Amino acid sequence: MTHYLVRRVGQAIVVVIGIMVLTFIMIHLEPGNAAQATLGVKATASRIAIFNSTNGLNQPLAEQFVTYVDQVMRGNFGTSYSLHQPVSTLIAQRLPRDALLLGLSTTLSLVVALPLGIYQAVRRNGVGDNVFTVAAFILYAMPDFFFALLLIAVFCVQFHLLPPEAPQATTVGGILADPRALVLPVVTLTLVSVAGYSRYMRSSAIDALAQEYILVARSKGLSERLVLLRHVLRNSLLPIITILGLSAPGIVAGAVIAEEVFNYPGMGLLFFQAATSHDYPILLASTLVVGVATVLGSLATDIAYSLLDPRIRYVSA
Amino acid sequence: MSAREPGLGAAQIPASDGPAGPPEPVARGAGQRSPGRLVLSAFVKNRRALAGLGLVAVILLFCVLGPLFYQTNQVTVRLDLAELPPSGQHPLGTDASGYDVLGRLMEGGRSSLELGFAVAVVTTVIGTLYGAVSGFVGGIIDAVMMRVIDTFLAIPGLVLLLILVNLFTPNLWLIIILLSLLSWLGVARLVRGEVLTLRTRDFVHAARMMGGTRWRIVMRHLVPNAIGVIIVNATFTIADAILTLSTLSFLGLGLPPPHADWGTMLSGGLNYLFDGYWWLVYPPAIVLVATVVAFNLIGDAIHDSLNVRLQRL
Repeated sequence: MTHYLVRRVGQAIVVVIGIMVLTFIMIHLEPGNAAQATLGVKATASRIAIFNSTNGLNQPLAEQFVTYVDQVMRGNFGTSYSLHQPVSTLIAQRLPRDALLLGLSTTLSLVVALPLGIYQAVRRNGVGDNVFTVAAFILYAMPDFFFALLLIAVFCVQFHLLPPEAPQATTVGGILADPRALVLPVVTLTLVSVAGYSRYMRSSAIDALAQEYILVARSKGLSERLVLLRHVLRNSLLPIITILGLSAPGIVAGAVIAEEVFNYPGMGLLFFQAATSHDYPILLASTLVVGVATVLGSLATDIAYSLLDPRIRYVSA
Repeated sequence: MSAREPGLGAAQIPASDGPAGPPEPVARGAGQRSPGRLVLSAFVKNRRALAGLGLVAVILLFCVLGPLFYQTNQVTVRLDLAELPPSGQHPLGTDASGYDVLGRLMEGGRSSLELGFAVAVVTTVIGTLYGAVSGFVGGIIDAVMMRVIDTFLAIPGLVLLLILVNLFTPNLWLIIILLSLLSWLGVARLVRGEVLTLRTRDFVHAARMMGGTRWRIVMRHLVPNAIGVIIVNATFTIADAILTLSTLSFLGLGLPPPHADWGTMLSGGLNYLFDGYWWLVYPPAIVLVATVVAFNLIGDAIHDSLNVRLQRL
């Protein structure tokens, strides 16, 4: 296991290097846009030249990359072109907000989706299964911006029950102090992901129910409860873990819509605004942060896989 | 394929006669029917499947044949006809550019569906092969193939989209390519996970003992047995592609006018959500949701009916 772990961590480092190279190349595919976007369309050629030389954008790409890696190694992510603040400060402000929002909604959706999926698998094609299936499909099929705006239309405009804007406090404590404002963003994210998770859970629980070991478990007299908890749940978690591992980068990319609609200043909004204004330092840093998150998610997935299914450990060790 | 395996004819397990049937002995209680027929009959008996198929058929007819019978101006902006409420002449009213909403739903449906199908096909073929090969071959090749996937997956789709949208003028084919580029990675990982479990099963060992080539084992045994995961994922991909395009439209990065698709119509219409122009919001929302739901119902039913062992439950 230790050997396996060391090898996986080595692989993770390779991937992080790959991410840095790839994002760097992609972001620099478009020359000159950063200066134009920061200084405005009427910027003169000499102003653009000054901007490029101040930010090192007139150097050869390879040299810029070496400088970038060198700075990142020293923990310096540069200064935002448009916000004129150190990128590390900006990210440090925003990441906890997303960790809170997405942590809350992911936990909530798993708490709902796992039992729901198993219930539907056991009562396959019954009335309850059909009702929840249709509900999950409709929720999943709704574009999240539409769903969020519908919630606002009902709960804010029609009934004045909840505020339409997410908490604007800058600290996690401050955000938690205003739980009413947090309800709609969390509900939006939760319901949309419950729909997805419960589908996968139902699907894989049905697969698990058809296996011989369930027959064995039942014939040796285990109670239905134990069969479900010990055999079905554990065996049908594998696909869910893949999905969870893959959704780690959602900390940045997944909440863009919710953050945009509810004006929640998290990583998603920072990233979206940086992308439209060609703010290279923010783009590079936030892709690196997401990249590292994804790599960790994938690492955790593989480790969880080998813990849950011993056959996989023999294969990869 | 079987021509490549001499001397197996007599000893071979009476495996599937269609690519969809699992190679394990088929449910004995179900009589002499072939696996293909079992799947078909289970699919037909599933009411959700029929509802989904019916919905897709109606939507396809609406988008393909509709414009032949209901011809409207979808090219020239007519501000004098903008935002008219539903009437005899415009059953669903007109939008902010004066286009007839009913006609635009047909027009927009075509590109939304084209996009969904195209992305699902590209994604499924590439992702399945890649994942199956990676999981089955294992070793260094698997490691390299998975690191490539990890690297691409770690870059948020939006970065790629935003940068490329700035390089090119977005059009339907560009967006199809971009969305496929983003979504085959997930399929590959899912299929690999499935193959990792399947490859230790006895029927795979048996096939290998009997001299089955790697290609045969992947194509005849691993892929058919992973088909549930693949199909469920393909239908979700159609749904996701249509939804992602609508998200892009909401962020202002969708297809430029006069191009129509349901997502663009919906995100445009939402500007009028609080003005009472319901005909700009709910019709595109309903067809979009109905289409996505229909594809998911079909995939779900196929998944259930492919699993022949479930018929015995």
